[in-house]
Amino acid sequence: MDMVKLSRREFLTYSGIMGSGLILGCNTTEQAQSKIAQNAINSGLAKSDRLNLFVAIQADGTVEIVSHRVEMGQGSKTGIPQIVAEELEADWQKVKVIQGLGNKAYGNQNTDGSTSIRLFFEKLREMGASARMMLEQAAAQYWQVPIEAVYAKENYIINKNTQAKLAYGDLAELASKQVVPDIKSLKFKAPEQYRLIGKPVPIVDLKEMTMGKANYGVDKTLPNMLIASIERCPVLHGKVSSFNAEKALAVPGVVKVIEMPATRDVVSFFPLAGVAVLATNTWAAMQGRKLLEIQWDLGEKQHINSDQEFETYKNNLNQKPIFVAKKGDVKNGFLSAKTLVEARYKTPYLVHAPMEPPMATAWFHDGICEIWACVQDPQSTMNSAAAMMNLPADMFVVEPTLLGGAFGRKSKPDFSNEAVFLAHKTQQPVKVVWSREDDIQQGYYHAGALENIKAGIDDKGNITTWHQQTVYPTIASTFNNDKHTPQDFELSLGFGDLAYDFDHVLMEKAEAKAPVRIGWMRSVCNIQHAFALNCFLDEIAHKINKPTAEVMLKALGADRNVNHKEEFGFSFTNYSEKLERHPYSTKRYREVLQHLIKQTPIDQTLPNNQGWGIAVHRSFVSYIAVASKVSVVNNKLSVDEIHCVVDCGLAINPDRIKAQMEGAMIFGLSIALMGKIDIKAGQVVQSNFHDYPVTRMPQAPNITVHLLNPTENVPSGVGEPGVPPVAPSICNAIFAATGQRYRDLPLNQYLTV
Amino acid sequence: MITLNVNNQDHQIDAPDEMPLLWAIRDLMQYTGTKFGCGKGLCGACTVHINGQPIRSCITPVALAKNSKIKTIEGVSDKGDHVIQIAWQENNVPQCGYCQSGQIMNALPLIERSAEKNTTPTDEEIDNHMAGNICRCGTYPRIKQAIKDATVALIKGA
Ligand code: FES
Ligand code: FES
Repeated sequence: MDMVKLSRREFLTYSGIMGSGLILGCNTTEQAQSKIAQNAINSGLAKSDRLNLFVAIQADGTVEIVSHRVEMGQGSKTGIPQIVAEELEADWQKVKVIQGLGNKAYGNQNTDGSTSIRLFFEKLREMGASARMMLEQAAAQYWQVPIEAVYAKENYIINKNTQAKLAYGDLAELASKQVVPDIKSLKFKAPEQYRLIGKPVPIVDLKEMTMGKANYGVDKTLPNMLIASIERCPVLHGKVSSFNAEKALAVPGVVKVIEMPATRDVVSFFPLAGVAVLATNTWAAMQGRKLLEIQWDLGEKQHINSDQEFETYKNNLNQKPIFVAKKGDVKNGFLSAKTLVEARYKTPYLVHAPMEPPMATAWFHDGICEIWACVQDPQSTMNSAAAMMNLPADMFVVEPTLLGGAFGRKSKPDFSNEAVFLAHKTQQPVKVVWSREDDIQQGYYHAGALENIKAGIDDKGNITTWHQQTVYPTIASTFNNDKHTPQDFELSLGFGDLAYDFDHVLMEKAEAKAPVRIGWMRSVCNIQHAFALNCFLDEIAHKINKPTAEVMLKALGADRNVNHKEEFGFSFTNYSEKLERHPYSTKRYREVLQHLIKQTPIDQTLPNNQGWGIAVHRSFVSYIAVASKVSVVNNKLSVDEIHCVVDCGLAINPDRIKAQMEGAMIFGLSIALMGKIDIKAGQVVQSNFHDYPVTRMPQAPNITVHLLNPTENVPSGVGEPGVPPVAPSICNAIFAATGQRYRDLPLNQYLTV
Repeated sequence: MITLNVNNQDHQIDAPDEMPLLWAIRDLMQYTGTKFGCGKGLCGACTVHINGQPIRSCITPVALAKNSKIKTIEGVSDKGDHVIQIAWQENNVPQCGYCQSGQIMNALPLIERSAEKNTTPTDEEIDNHMAGNICRCGTYPRIKQAIKDATVALIKGA
């Protein structure tokens, strides 16, 4: 078989990572010469000897490894090549990481759901091991010895008999001509041999980030590029009735004013209605935009207020609950219970507010459209652009930049579609720049939620009966106008997947219509579900006068793998993982909690107005327990200390896991203390960091992260699962400190923070 | 035409007096290391120095920066080896990295002042000094440590 440099089409045909990803394709076709193919490949592994979809080696020994996911601070641009380089026996100093373009061949590139490592761990090892084996084959061929007579070590193949060495760079060409090894023949390293996996390898862009040399979506510049600032309709599904652009066009630097297409009925990732001002610099575009005179037809949603919406959610839960799942008979359970506890929890609408607002550049030229954008999913960026423009997806070449934070916001490529639309209209490169106000007011919001829980407890202090209800507008509403209740994929985020072993359980939901675009935000519905669950267990503990940890441990019952389908009839989606690979283990749940108790002095006697609170949660197939210590003095809350125990399976890069947990604690702190989006007259009230505050340094506590069993089990999620336990641990700590129970977030409604 | 001195180089730019320095630096002079985060002086991502003082370039009109020495992150060192950059690297501070130019530019004078006095800044001093710089990724604990380490390094080096 003659291996050749492959075209993008061949990537698609022969080497979907869903297939093996190891085979590179056999023929150059005419399409291979096409501009599209050239463009797709040029910034990939074009100029070197490719060994498979992820690995190419240059003659000078440089090992190019593709990171097919995007980097937004979570560290996967380092973790992914770490895994490949490990099995490849590459010298890390010689590794050059190549950002993968949007390409179906890579499989899922949607960098969310804390999936980059857990979904690709085996595939990445295969890529590394296969490439290493091709190098071994090449060396064996050169020395005319059997492959068993050679081995790989840090960018060299060594001859066991003679100790002679051949450098990867020298072998590269010959290796690329080898038959691709059968997957079954691949040999993997034993964990004891790991040199990179499990090591705190610094992130690949570290130095550039300290020099201002790392490139984000906002940094793209092209000759002749226009910069667009867009005034969007403040109410979802409103329209532009008319506008006058005269004054805007008079601003020096402003070149064009273009009306955006009407908001689609199904909003999905399509742009919002509005008017774009295009200029030669950002300031001129922003100034011009301020001078637009637009008459809006605000439409039906202009009467929506979030406070009223919550009233409706409450009534719907009380009056029209919808069955989700059950076990036993709660009615009888409550009748025979000795003690009843009941509470309602509320979490507000939230927005992501990544440090870099959405930014995207698009340029139609030579029959293609190139897009450079801080998007989490280059493939949905291609596909939604294609759908919007009615053009083939192949025509869009998407290069993700670094993302200045994302937290789920940038997996909605509406902003890159704006750039595509404007670039097509102008036939010039266009960069769309979102202001902070745009980001806060035109987001895809984390839905506000209400949750009721009622428990029955027997005379021995066992929780026997559990009735939980939840309501919030569904993310599905963004893609389907008929969806008005929480979906199973959302209820699978800490609601239907109950860890605790109760005799009688009833789970219900209710209807809630979406007032704004709803989207997923870091840890998604786990935020509201983990909040209610963990606060409520603390309430029960207080009621029956037992330590919270004891109540939790007792409620977990005997160690078991829970099958929620069998136990409750709930269709648990398990974060897209098979239960065989990632069982729902109450043992791991228990262990993080017990480790937390051991590591933190939560039982210490504290002065008045200080207290510890705990919470534990499984999400993204990881297990995390958090303890927070607070003090409340003169109604001023300070969170002094947070401890976090994380079991996320095999730790690829322990330092990045710690960093993600530190970040998650601080993100969770923002939610607990200050995060709140209000909607009045259909419009988002908040607009910038003065009224949508996020955690600042003086509010950030000391954080200690403990990795539990970091070499056991397969890797699980890291980016998100730290967030959910934070807010309940803080509320529980406040109760311990003051006896005051807060069931509505954020806390700055009640306390100075 | 306005002349601005950035990182010891004079630049002639065509900008109205009220254009914020941020956009002049980024769009007209291509120093893209200085970032946009809020445009209202609320986040610190756009921090640069004017005559050694950290300022928020998003709310500073270019007219105010004439006849001054402006320093951006690109002016801290050519090779990324200033003590503050090394401390940031050794503590693996950045996550997404977007806020870090502003964090470094804001922290630099604190480090220099403290080193001159031969003291490491306390947690409280650092908190107060850095309160205007948001890091949404939550790198605060590491920034704090890096500031202390950089000060120690500067004292030793001086
Ligand atoms: S961009 Fe200047 S302070 Fe935020
Ligand atoms: S590192 Fe991402 S905002 Fe600070």
